[in-house]
Amino acid sequence: MTIKEAQEEIIDEFSMFDDWMQRYEYIIELGKSLPLIDEKYQVAENLIKGCQSQVWLHAEESEGNVFFTANSDAILTKGIIAILIRVFSGQKAVDIMDADLGFIDDIGLKEHLSPTRANGLVSMIKQIKMYALAYQAKN
Amino acid sequence: MLDIKSIRKDFPILTQQVNGKPLVYFDNAATAQKPKVVEDAIIKYYETINANIHRGVHTLSQLATDAYEEARAKIQNHINAKHNHEIIFTAGTTFSINLVANGFGSLLKAGDEVVISALEHHSNIVPWQFACERSGATLKVIPMNEHGELIMEEYDKLLNENTKVVAVSHISNALGTINPIREIIKKAHQFGAAVLIDGAQATPHIRPDVVELDCDFYVFSGHKVCGPTGTGILYGKEEWLNKLPPYQGGGEMIKTVTFEKTTYACLPHKFEAGTPNIAGGIVLGHAIDYLNGIGFDNIAAYEHELLEYGTKRLLEIEGLKIIGTAQEKTSVISFNIEGIHPYDIGVIVDKLGVAVRTGHHCTQPIMDFFGIPGTVRASFSFYNTKEEIDILVEAVKKAKMMLS
Repeated sequence: MTIKEAQEEIIDEFSMFDDWMQRYEYIIELGKSLPLIDEKYQVAENLIKGCQSQVWLHAEESEGNVFFTANSDAILTKGIIAILIRVFSGQKAVDIMDADLGFIDDIGLKEHLSPTRANGLVSMIKQIKMYALAYQAKN
Repeated sequence: MLDIKSIRKDFPILTQQVNGKPLVYFDNAATAQKPKVVEDAIIKYYETINANIHRGVHTLSQLATDAYEEARAKIQNHINAKHNHEIIFTAGTTFSINLVANGFGSLLKAGDEVVISALEHHSNIVPWQFACERSGATLKVIPMNEHGELIMEEYDKLLNENTKVVAVSHISNALGTINPIREIIKKAHQFGAAVLIDGAQATPHIRPDVVELDCDFYVFSGHKVCGPTGTGILYGKEEWLNKLPPYQGGGEMIKTVTFEKTTYACLPHKFEAGTPNIAGGIVLGHAIDYLNGIGFDNIAAYEHELLEYGTKRLLEIEGLKIIGTAQEKTSVISFNIEGIHPYDIGVIVDKLGVAVRTGHHCTQPIMDFFGIPGTVRASFSFYNTKEEIDILVEAVKKAKMMLS
């Protein structure tokens, strides 16, 4: 599945919800089901410190694809991480670098990716792209 | 007794809907909402007397200068300062503290000690760290107990003849603790130390009397007392303001300038370089008038009622823990729910129209002390109601249900 297809699938899923509560309940569910980062990677070097919540991010590369695992101390942040990982993890580095995140707006979660939220998500996306850039440069 | 219904009509913003729900504004410790009289005064200033002050001979400049100086006199009167020139207009509490700490950075020397407390906002920590780094002085911290109260026996042990400055908040922004500043000031003075009181959180609830307190500096922000943002006050005793070097150079703060040597203007102008926030200063005077019209005794009594009601109602929620349970507290309730991150609660209650603050409240050392990432903080003002507290409680219950 391409990044674009993964985003469209998520937009589809969210279009079923009528109100914010259903959307948030789904995000919470996603947060709970997020495959957790291996404990050995949940360390200070992988910590993205937000003012509100914190995010741990780990990246690995295999045959030109980049795989991400992550965690957060806040469940809503975790839920949005799950969405981002679904979109980005396993994709080609060059596609990750070029990916547009407009779909977050389409599913009504734009406010969570605002730089003023300080929940670690904006820095996380930057970090995801940095990893992609680094792996791209390496190959 | 306050007529809250009629008071609420003074605040146009309170009639708003947020996320389709009536706004419940409980982030008053961050900034207070503005009454219509304050909004009107801003417009009136710009429409009738806008001019630069202290320089022009023309009529508008004179009118603007008079209004600005009248505001200074109002604030002098409000905090009972001895002299008009002991009131310095600044951009806010943070600016005021930086002005004083920067000055002490030049006066302090290695071996000197500065005492702050475990309850300080970063704004009353970092400027003193700068001053200590520059001068070689040492920073000491009065510790607190698990209720969020300063341990006064430990304070006694910190004081000695090397103590030059004690800088403590009147009220803690994160926990609402009212500190025993009278005792703190008195004890510091026994060692000849200067005392700065950070009144940012106190001035919305209490009318400070700087002569009775005998503090050397008292600082606060305009926007927390229903005034405009970007305004603030530094009160300093005349002798101390004369001792401190100027903070910023520029127009208005000089007596004579040659390329060889500049001599400084008298107080208060020595600390008011450049064109100040003229409209802001004038309107801050109107905001203080508005609060005095309601009366600080009435405000304190009513807010205490809200604090007691809010505490009782929130504690009905299973797993909810209040952080900061000092005997002497203002209308701030910081809390957490077991197993739930404060950020998540903040996001959900916002969707239900309730504005609270979440996070570390610019007091990371306090959060570290309690071993928590942050809290949810609800802070009440005199225009809030018990019905709004009920809405908060229902919103928190809903958040808890969704997030558990």
